[in-house]
Amino acid sequence: MRLITAIVKPFKLEDVKDALKEAGATGMTITEVKGFGRQGGHTELYRGAEYTIDFLPKVRMEVLADTADVDRIVDVIVNAARTGKIGDGKVWVTSVERVVRIRTGELDDDAI
Amino acid sequence: MPLAAELPPGLELDSGNTAWVLMAAALVLFMTPGLAFFYGGMVRSKNLLGMLMQNFFAMGLLGVLWVLVAFSLAFGAFGDGGFIGNLDFVGFKDVVTSTVTLGDPDGLFLSLSIPFVLFAAYQMTFAIITPALITGSTADRLKFSAYVVFIAVWLVLVYAPVAHWVFAGGWLAERGSFDFAGGAVVHINAGAAGLALALLLGRRKGWPETPMPPHSLPLTLLGTGMLWFGWAGFNAGSALAADGIAAQALFNTFIAASAAMLGWLLVERIKDGHATTLGAASGAVAGLVAITPCAGFVGGLSPIIIGFVAGALCFLALGIKRRFKFDDSLDVVAVHLVGGLFGSIALGLFAEDAINPAIPDGMLLGGGSDLFVEQVIAAVAVLAFSLVMSLAIGKVIDLVIGLRVSDEDETVGLDLSQHAEQAYNVG
Repeated sequence: MRLITAIVKPFKLEDVKDALKEAGATGMTITEVKGFGRQGGHTELYRGAEYTIDFLPKVRMEVLADTADVDRIVDVIVNAARTGKIGDGKVWVTSVERVVRIRTGELDDDAI
Repeated sequence: MPLAAELPPGLELDSGNTAWVLMAAALVLFMTPGLAFFYGGMVRSKNLLGMLMQNFFAMGLLGVLWVLVAFSLAFGAFGDGGFIGNLDFVGFKDVVTSTVTLGDPDGLFLSLSIPFVLFAAYQMTFAIITPALITGSTADRLKFSAYVVFIAVWLVLVYAPVAHWVFAGGWLAERGSFDFAGGAVVHINAGAAGLALALLLGRRKGWPETPMPPHSLPLTLLGTGMLWFGWAGFNAGSALAADGIAAQALFNTFIAASAAMLGWLLVERIKDGHATTLGAASGAVAGLVAITPCAGFVGGLSPIIIGFVAGALCFLALGIKRRFKFDDSLDVVAVHLVGGLFGSIALGLFAEDAINPAIPDGMLLGGGSDLFVEQVIAAVAVLAFSLVMSLAIGKVIDLVIGLRVSDEDETVGLDLSQHAEQAYNVG
């Protein structure tokens, strides 16, 4: 089992969600987050005072998947989230030791 | 002063004038919530209720104090050329529902055609918003209890005397200076007090290194609209009549705000590269401030010139606090003190006898320099008095109960630490 975590541009969230549903994903969790990478921040201007805002808003999405499905799901996310401009985000995959579905008590692959 | 029973013949209540000033009083009162939102949008969200509360609370405390003592200290002994009123109207004693004359028929004299109690109520709305203007410079760190004591003492010891000097035939009026609706009494006065408190309080934690952007510019724009609307009552109501002077004041008020928005945005766009919504709002308010002393005394293109210059000038005045490193958080000095000084002094240039026979022509209309000099004297006198008195009052309060919230309370925010509430509870 793997956990796929992706940081994407907020306006791409709908596209990625639809693409994942089409690809058969059965669930996902999202969080509104802030951060910076190569894109850096932006400047804001209030009454002549210029502020540099380092952290930009992004969406973090987390998807649990069977190991066999991981490559396909990562491809779906990358294709749906890409604009080609700086700041598109990242996707990474980590191993998961144990998953439990709370309602039924099913374990691991059965719980995904 | 003569009361209703001994009125001179012919002094009658005018229903048109009364109707307009009734409306104008309501309009001016509406400006204080407007100011609350104008400022409230500019603070960080954890301090929004603190800002709204300070402004709304002024409508509570200062209204009551006005009736009890402050109105009498401002408008008693009308026309005496002095420094403060008397105790004739304490507790609104003899503040009657009929018309009165105030002052000395041979000197400075006010003959009302509206109920005296309406005049007192109209002036009350000015006494409420003036101390509230100060809250912009003290944002995010003034203790609520210290604020309550400060505005109460300031109303009695600063606002009432200055109103007497200018609006009630006191020494500045007797010398020959003019202030149609409060350029000196309201804006220079509050601006100087704001400067004093900003100096006493010190900077907000983290200023200026840490960005403290406005949490909601829509609130600020909403407040600006309320102020702009209410300012019609502030300036045109100061004619105390529904006449041509009131109409001229209304027009001047609106057009000066328009021109000031253009002036501010033009300089902002050239200097910083963008025209901002906060700039549009601030520019309009700067124009409203600057036209206040001139509103019923100027005509023609003067309001456009006064407004446009005020907008550009107040934008440039934002640099003062950065240069001298004092944290006038929401720019009370740049907008109200500088705007008020400019408007008060500009009256000495643009005043027009043909618009209002009460005033001589200003320098640009060939009237000589006498008026200009008096305007400068009045502006400097109010600035100096308010600054010194506000420093003294603030310092005493600081020594006795402390002006500033604790470090922890400042970090938590005024909403929770001062009022045990939050502006935005999510979910």
